[in-house]
Amino acid sequence: MAAARSFLGVPVYKPRVAFFELSSCEGCQLQLLNNEDTLPDFLSLVEVVNFREAMTGGTDDYEIAFVEGSVTRGDEIERLREVRGKAKTLVALGSCACFGGVNQLKNRFDPDWVKKEVYGDRQVESERAKPLEDIVTVDLRILGCPINKKEVEGIMVNLAIGKEIKTPKYPVCMECKANGNTCLFDLGEPCLGPITRAGCNSCCPNGRAGCWGCRGPAEDGNLAQMTVIMERYGFSKETIIDRLECFGGFSDYASQLRTIKLKNSS
Amino acid sequence: MKINCDVNVHHLTRVEGHGNIRITIRDGKLIEASWEVVETPRFFEAILVGKKWDNAPWICGRICGICSIGHTLASIRAIEQAFGIVPSRQTQRLRLLLKHMETLQSHILHLYFLAAPDFLNEGSVFPLIGSHPDVVLRAMRLKKLANDLCDLIGGRRLHPTTTVVGGFTMLPDKKILAGFKERLSAAVDDLMETARLFKTFQIPDFSRETEFVSLKGVDAYPFIGGDLMSSDGVLKNESQYRQMTNEYTVPQSTSKWSRLSRGSFAVGALARLNNNFGLLHPMARDIASDFGLGPVSHNPFMNNIAQLVEAFHVAGESISLIDELIDTCWEAPRQPVAPREGRGVGAVEVPRGTLYHCYDFDETGHIIKCDCVIPTGQNHANIQHDLSALSARYASEGMKDRDLELLAEMLVRSYDPCISCSVH
Repeated sequence: MAAARSFLGVPVYKPRVAFFELSSCEGCQLQLLNNEDTLPDFLSLVEVVNFREAMTGGTDDYEIAFVEGSVTRGDEIERLREVRGKAKTLVALGSCACFGGVNQLKNRFDPDWVKKEVYGDRQVESERAKPLEDIVTVDLRILGCPINKKEVEGIMVNLAIGKEIKTPKYPVCMECKANGNTCLFDLGEPCLGPITRAGCNSCCPNGRAGCWGCRGPAEDGNLAQMTVIMERYGFSKETIIDRLECFGGFSDYASQLRTIKLKNSS
Repeated sequence: MKINCDVNVHHLTRVEGHGNIRITIRDGKLIEASWEVVETPRFFEAILVGKKWDNAPWICGRICGICSIGHTLASIRAIEQAFGIVPSRQTQRLRLLLKHMETLQSHILHLYFLAAPDFLNEGSVFPLIGSHPDVVLRAMRLKKLANDLCDLIGGRRLHPTTTVVGGFTMLPDKKILAGFKERLSAAVDDLMETARLFKTFQIPDFSRETEFVSLKGVDAYPFIGGDLMSSDGVLKNESQYRQMTNEYTVPQSTSKWSRLSRGSFAVGALARLNNNFGLLHPMARDIASDFGLGPVSHNPFMNNIAQLVEAFHVAGESISLIDELIDTCWEAPRQPVAPREGRGVGAVEVPRGTLYHCYDFDETGHIIKCDCVIPTGQNHANIQHDLSALSARYASEGMKDRDLELLAEMLVRSYDPCISCSVH
């Protein structure tokens, strides 16, 4: 294991961290293990005491809890409250925890129809998909679907040394321009880069795939003007709504835009 | 000795998702063994209804954080089948290479991070960083290689960005692609070391006669599309997948279960290997013989070794794929898409077995009905049957408490279950 860390000559305290997941694909936790280059360094910075996906024998004595996923069932509410009670700092990990993620797309429909469509007559317990902050106080949000591993590491270092954590206020568009990409609107691709919070290094536009807004709104984004511009580029209202409602960061605005009632909606 | 014991594992560790194991033994006899899946459903099949076709791969990839590439490719294939699109050879080869790297990444993750700690008597891979740094660094190198190549082709290792209906949004830089050949050759050496490590592990000697289901390879070990087969002799084409999976709901699980000719069947690396052994890369076949693994093995613990064998296969085949791709004069990255009414099925062999996506479209390309059948969902019933047989046998031999619990956990882990994926 790498040697104990110090910052400005002062030994860095190793916080005890735990990872939990509610309704999710567990991909955000996996992103942490996907950091092959820096995983040993990362692990030297913290003491992982609970990480069910990767370890047996966790404890409940932790200071920082990372919670992935959205809340969709009563037992998840209980588990989340229990974690909140034990953690000094609760971090919402990824779009599902921050905005409801793709899970909240089911909230557009009548809940009984949703259950019947998938399970037929078998009884299944499920509530509206909610972000963590609808249930408990969230101290920090790490955005993205999935989370950007570099950003998480920066945040972890700052958490360990007690530095202030800042997420960019500007939109993905700024990063995309700095990366020298051709504007996706000019390539005929819909993109929410102008209104979505940066921090992903414009990952999707770098591969000529338009942004779907997984990181939620940037500060002072002009949503109405964005819609006007996208319509001017020839994108249908349906396409704009599809992008806006996908991860939950803009879902209120998306439902305002919808003028035709959705089939099977509540 | 007639033993009594109760095993109660709540939220099994080192698997993806939430499952419980309960075993009750009285006087050396099995009273009950059950594998329960308690994961919350996310209702992807309902979410997609009414959405335009281009949403499906993007949203459905999010079913799984480990095999998001496989889900994306199954979704794309279903749509292309429905709209009558035949991907170019260039697209097919790039998709296969991307798929191979997901397989390598996932198998290495399972072998080293999830399975190996049981054999090395540790709770996780983390203590091994101190005690066996060479082992962990090797695992990291292999995983990083696979993930880096996924980044290059798919835009991102998890929830890929460049994979679309008709092809790719962007093609990889050939010079960078060529550079991966050397790393893949080095990876074969790392895999040899991995094989040596796994040779030192005591694989439990437990077999239960099982039906194995997978895609049927014709001239290559199968990964994307094709006919479906079972080791009991059932043969169906891709669009008849429902006759292969026969999903039904059970009270003990929020995931659906499957059956075919018997009470249950298995999918995954061992099923693929059992059904398509002759099509494996020669290097992979050699490794299989080293472990005494050949068709048809009915030992579920050998799925670990089958994953190792497949890691050799995908590494070997990827080197040839890169050779072919760097000699190709790039065509346009994607074909045009014209939606039409109809149904399309995409069957893809993902790390844990055969995955199916099926969509019904109206004439404007909007989804009317969506069905996703997940490998782990198909395995749950088989895990249940294995668990009962395993508990009964070992309890009658006097094994109990923590030993029986560990063996039961190892059995479930051998399937490398992806539980949240199976419930979706």
